[in-house]
Amino acid sequence: MASTPLQIGCASGFSGDRTDGALPVVKTLIETGGQALIFETLAERTLALAQLAKNQDPEAGYEPLLSELLSPILALCLNHGIQIVSNFGAANPPGAARRIERLSHELGLRMPRIATLSGDNLDSAEQRAFLRERLGAEFDRLDIVSINAYQGAAEIAQALQAGAQVVVAGRVADPSLTLGPALAHFGWQADDWHRLGCATMAGHLLECGTQVTGGYFAVPGLKEVPDMHKLGFPIASIAESGALSITKARDTGGIVTTQTVKEQLLYEVHDPAAYLTPDVTADISRVHVAQTAPDQVAVDGVTGWARPEELKVNICYRGGWLAEAEISYAGVQAEARARLAAETVRRRIGGQLELRIDLIGTLSIFGDDAGELLRQHAHGRGQDIRLRVAAAHPEKNVAERVLREVTALYTCGPAGGGGVRTSLRPRLNSISSTVPRDLAPAGWQFLRPDQYA
Amino acid sequence: MHDNTTVIVPLYRLAHSRTGDKGDISNVSVIAWQADYYPLLKEQLTEQAVSKWFSHRQPKSVRRYLVESIGAMNFVLDGILDGGVNDALNLDTHGKALSFYLLDFPIRVDAHLASTLPDIQSL
Repeated sequence: MASTPLQIGCASGFSGDRTDGALPVVKTLIETGGQALIFETLAERTLALAQLAKNQDPEAGYEPLLSELLSPILALCLNHGIQIVSNFGAANPPGAARRIERLSHELGLRMPRIATLSGDNLDSAEQRAFLRERLGAEFDRLDIVSINAYQGAAEIAQALQAGAQVVVAGRVADPSLTLGPALAHFGWQADDWHRLGCATMAGHLLECGTQVTGGYFAVPGLKEVPDMHKLGFPIASIAESGALSITKARDTGGIVTTQTVKEQLLYEVHDPAAYLTPDVTADISRVHVAQTAPDQVAVDGVTGWARPEELKVNICYRGGWLAEAEISYAGVQAEARARLAAETVRRRIGGQLELRIDLIGTLSIFGDDAGELLRQHAHGRGQDIRLRVAAAHPEKNVAERVLREVTALYTCGPAGGGGVRTSLRPRLNSISSTVPRDLAPAGWQFLRPDQYA
Repeated sequence: MHDNTTVIVPLYRLAHSRTGDKGDISNVSVIAWQADYYPLLKEQLTEQAVSKWFSHRQPKSVRRYLVESIGAMNFVLDGILDGGVNDALNLDTHGKALSFYLLDFPIRVDAHLASTLPDIQSL
């Protein structure tokens, strides 16, 4: 096993992220002898949307931008031995792998060795029976779209050690995308909790793409970020000891400072002493960060403890209909007219539906569903206010009343209302649970094992 | 010379912050611009004070975790996202803006210290 540091870049932080981030990362990895590139493209609901797409078309259900993400860098990665690890398989890793094969063909490349992961999708009768028992009657009331367990890094590592050049996962924990290549590179034991904790936090810093390199950070006049139009995506260096540092692609915008790193260290963390993943319980309660060069920050003091007994599971189900409608009031008494319009709608349908009401331009983000903060908020003299009314209901025609009532404000509401826009969309809701590991065994396989022999 | 007068300043002059979400739980980090501001934050930005600040969102619980080694703390607010990213009727279903709600929290500081704190530079 190698004792040289692992240099690993990240070129996507969610499905829909910028697609031009990968090339500068790969060029930097080539210059500095880096070994791996990850793409993170899943969020809590992305997988359920992918499952719905797969229900319509058995070949669909993977990251829609896959081709756009990979085309600029696939040849470079294959030629320079840079392993690509991603979760853009979503609901259909084999479908994504076949698309990568076609892409390789279109680009005139030799077929890469592509591995897919399996075992995250819990659709067997046994798995469902277990969840039904654990969740009780609630489970039977759900119109389920997808059930997925968060799998870990072990199968990614196995596939890479077996020679995979591209690994396509579905639902794995985000930091496992980084821990997998680290396990394969160093050959660490699966219970080397300290090192697993370190590489997991490197993965946590990488997994949101530019959120550690100046994205999601800037406050003009207080926290400046240079050249945000071409933010560089991050690159981590992980040493055999577990020591790590973060930098970004060369000749790009953005910044890597102790401040950007601290914000990302705590992002989506609950107890800093117990960041739970399928692989390890990572611990940053005694973490230190230090600027070691421009756009380079060293992180130490990270450690880890035994992994959780069970795997986290996300269950997505159909959640009825979301109705949203908006209308604008501007000029003299605009806010008063918008409040009168809200009151009008509330008195007509507030008894049938729980309405969420926002006055965009006065209070629309910090408020609460019950409208408590809006009631406390002194009536202002806003001159450019957009009223937003939202509600959800299991029955489409009931939810639809929101759209009709707001539209009716054109003629039946206060003076001067304009620009009605309405939308009615099916909702996906989710709940979480856990399952024993042996109930959701993970696996990996080459797409074309015969051809790689 | 300290004259012991205190003034109220918004939290953003002492710290920066980022919000994350999992389900109906929001976490809001608070990171001191400098280590010597941290004791003030520990003293005044308590679980009770933050719970009260967010009371209109009716959190089920507010838990504070200290990360002294980087001058930071992490607030975990349960049940604050109107149901979370999939269930909520609000516009900011992730609650991404909540860090900026907390950054307006009033902190009492020595007037002398206040004059040295970072502030928004006019553009």
